[in-house]
Amino acid sequence: MNRFIATALSLAALIATTGCMSPPKELDLALTRPSADNKYVVTLQPPAQPAAINQLHAWQVRLATSAGAPVTQARIQVDGGMPQHGHGLPTKPQVTRELPDGAYLIEGMKFSMTGWWEIKLAIDGPAGADRVTFNTVVAEPGLAR
Amino acid sequence: MRRLQSTAWMLGTTAAALCGALTVTLADAGEPPPAASMVRWSTDEKAVLASLSLRRLPPAPADPSNAVEHKPAAIDLGRHLFSDARLSRNGAVSCASCHDPAQQFQDGLPVSRGVGTGSRRAMPIVGAGHATWLFWDGRKDSLWSQALGPLEDAVEHGTNRTRTAHLVAANHRRDYEALFGALPRLDGLPGDAGPKGNAAEQAAWAAIDPRHREDVSRVFANVGKAIAAYEQSLQHTPARLDRYIDAVLRGDTASRKMLRADEARGLRLFIGKAQCVSCHNGPLLSDQQFHNTGVPPRDAARPDRGRAAATAAVRADEFNCLGPFSDARPEQCQELRFMVSDDPTLEGAFKTPGLRGVAGRAPYMHAGQFATLEQVVRHYVAAPHAAVGHSELTHRHAGAAAPKHPERAPIDLSDAEVAELVSFLGTLNAERSSAALAP
Repeated sequence: MNRFIATALSLAALIATTGCMSPPKELDLALTRPSADNKYVVTLQPPAQPAAINQLHAWQVRLATSAGAPVTQARIQVDGGMPQHGHGLPTKPQVTRELPDGAYLIEGMKFSMTGWWEIKLAIDGPAGADRVTFNTVVAEPGLAR
Repeated sequence: MRRLQSTAWMLGTTAAALCGALTVTLADAGEPPPAASMVRWSTDEKAVLASLSLRRLPPAPADPSNAVEHKPAAIDLGRHLFSDARLSRNGAVSCASCHDPAQQFQDGLPVSRGVGTGSRRAMPIVGAGHATWLFWDGRKDSLWSQALGPLEDAVEHGTNRTRTAHLVAANHRRDYEALFGALPRLDGLPGDAGPKGNAAEQAAWAAIDPRHREDVSRVFANVGKAIAAYEQSLQHTPARLDRYIDAVLRGDTASRKMLRADEARGLRLFIGKAQCVSCHNGPLLSDQQFHNTGVPPRDAARPDRGRAAATAAVRADEFNCLGPFSDARPEQCQELRFMVSDDPTLEGAFKTPGLRGVAGRAPYMHAGQFATLEQVVRHYVAAPHAAVGHSELTHRHAGAAAPKHPERAPIDLSDAEVAELVSFLGTLNAERSSAALAP
């Protein structure tokens, strides 16, 4: 009995620590989150049509105060990567222009494979500097490049 | 006994639930692995298999910087130029010398030999149109600009721009002019002049007036565009793995006859605990990105910095998407605009090569450092520290506990599993040699 349980438990531990190829089951995929120090409420908007793998595309991000007022003229830097694979983003996405009502266009987004990606934003706005991390799981949306 | 088994089974399935893509059943704990006919793929695994299928490969994206890339006449001219050894200093080196169509468009050497000896491995060409960046370090941003690099590289073809223009005028005037318009006047131009040549050639180039230099460079660029048209017309043909994946996805039990047991186990490792698919993904089995996996340098005294040294080169390249010889509008050159450049992870990073046909393309890595696929797989298990930059692989120090927050686990494979992976890689051989599209 013990031997079986020990084997199964060690298997469970092994799987939990291996960089397995599917995302963690309880991944928070919320697209609206408060920033780390609660200075801003950040909403990330993916494109209406998911891009193909390795295709350049744009996202939008909307910044608000915790009271919900739009935050304009902030500076946002984009970073991220695949935590399970230890690599960053394949491109350097940038906010290329500000849109109405505290929205910003992020161009140059690209995913080089399916799986769990983090999108990390460093925000510098009227309330000061803060950070927020979003999770997204890229599925096979269409054809690969 | 039955209660014992059901408890263990419950724990086993909990373990399996933690990692959807890996169906680890208690059978894997100690019993011999199943034969191919009994390899069952989970839903998640089937999704990964489907993503590797050649069926999923669309046509290469259009290259807006090359207006002739799909023209049959350009493909024809490019095919001729590809094998034309007069495009070299000594009249003996053509593109096909190192990119031999009979050897998957490569030469089987650790580093290539043109008029001199190079420092990197010739890369195969089929499917190269799917890459954003060309060469191991990605220092070119289009197929046509890539072709120009070796032409005027001193150790590869060692030719130059005026020699190339004279050659086109003497041998391909009609075909060239039908595609690109009238050739410039070349009388009075030196036989050998170019900005990348020897001292005499560079001096001769500097002595040509700028307008005329640009005309000659345009002919040179157009030669690249014709060669690129031919290259992008080359297509992968299906491998045994593609037939297997098709059969698995439609639930056809004939699949069990298409892959041997060890090959199927190797495939499971490839998409599972061997972690290969984290970079070798998609129908070409490459994410087209740059990674440092600690491959030992060919020259320890001067380790190859790979991508880190290349971003400045592609930005400065007069034949890039934004340059005067590109047919693209600047707003079509977004890859350059959003290129990663100041990143320490680029040090010692090289582009993930595709794996179709890999079993027939020894030696391996950017300077042919590994003679066999077995050595390649063992390299990933050993995960040595990188000589330059930082390896993405996790090195397991003998006797030490696993790292506290591993971004990725070490790759742990038994000797049998190494052999199974190598067997699997043989299923990627094309069943017929690659075909050029009919003009």
